[in-house]
Amino acid sequence: MADTKNRVRTFIAENFLMGANAAKVSDADSFQDLHILDSTGFLELVSFLEQEFSIRVKDEEMIPENLDSLDNIDSYLERKLHAG
Amino acid sequence: MKLSSSVLDLDCAAEVARISSRMVDILAQHQRRRGVIVALSGGVDSSVCAALAVRALGPKRVYGLVLPEKDSKPSSKELAQRVAGQLSISYSIEDIAPTLEAIGCYRWRDEAIRRVFPNYADGWKSKIAISGGTEGRINFFKLIVQSPDGEVHVTRLPIHEYLQIVAATNYKQRIRKTVEYFHADRMNYAVIGTPNRLEYDQGFFVKNGDGAADIKPIAHLYKTQVYALARYLGLPEEVCSAMPTTDTYSLQQGQDEFYFSLPFDRMDIALWAHNHGIPAAELAAYLGIDPASGEHIYSDIESKRRATRYLHARPALVGPVEEVGD
Repeated sequence: MADTKNRVRTFIAENFLMGANAAKVSDADSFQDLHILDSTGFLELVSFLEQEFSIRVKDEEMIPENLDSLDNIDSYLERKLHAG
Repeated sequence: MKLSSSVLDLDCAAEVARISSRMVDILAQHQRRRGVIVALSGGVDSSVCAALAVRALGPKRVYGLVLPEKDSKPSSKELAQRVAGQLSISYSIEDIAPTLEAIGCYRWRDEAIRRVFPNYADGWKSKIAISGGTEGRINFFKLIVQSPDGEVHVTRLPIHEYLQIVAATNYKQRIRKTVEYFHADRMNYAVIGTPNRLEYDQGFFVKNGDGAADIKPIAHLYKTQVYALARYLGLPEEVCSAMPTTDTYSLQQGQDEFYFSLPFDRMDIALWAHNHGIPAAELAAYLGIDPASGEHIYSDIESKRRATRYLHARPALVGPVEEVGD
């Protein structure tokens, strides 16, 4: 969902990159590998996702496959928001 | 190099001699101080540091501080006093609970806890525990509280509450260090820092709290080696055999559940193996875990190094001041 990715990209750009390298992060880039988010950063990201998209991220969902790139977050939210 | 528990074997006599010589050198030649201050927690790290300082300088040049607060175990203070007595060093006991109360340490912490558990009140106990990283998940912290009748509740800590609880409890380490430097200044002594290698490497200390010091005599030693020195130096058996705790939260909390995710002896081997280029699969086989977990352990070590690099860093200057080497 383009809108989802844009909202998350804006959050990350404004809170972690301070505008410096925002344009260079592609949808598939790993936040961990590029050292954009550390463990505190992921907790902030989770807090943002819960408030912005009115979801509750479960403990077992705190995995890189769900949170470690814009593509991964997009797929995760797609599943979460359309789950029964 | 093959992995075995003997990789951490230490020639204690040689190591004590080496540390003693370096401490004298650092104090006399570089820092020009007359002795050292050691805050004694009753734990193995501070006890070994005090014993090493006595070996290096003699008991008259080592001053101990016992600094309990509201959540300290009473046995910690007793053990600290016993160590000071055995080493024949002068020491004083200063209860920092009133200072922590005044500065809002307990109030800020409890306010954050109550945002998560509204019933949390006097008589309740709490601790936080790390989860995730060594299982390949993203690290997060759980808050565990226990009511006076023993009922336990656990939940993941949201970011703001986690940061506030950690910030509030960091007051404990920072106030202790403030007291240490007061005595150091009035006696013209240096302040000992007591982190072991695991803590130093993995950033398990508070910036300008227990991370601040003039000399850190055991920062190069794995925790297993610190225990070996404790036995060699003849410290009390309770010191030599106690499991590492934080003695910071009101519910008893092991360092492994708070930060390291593995018991210290396995964490030592993992860190040593990583530092010596041992493949993760070989570490995993040695620890009796699956290969993927071995990879996660190494990745978690690196991740903690990165996240805590700022704790070691000097303040960043915007422009150089070459005259003082900055």
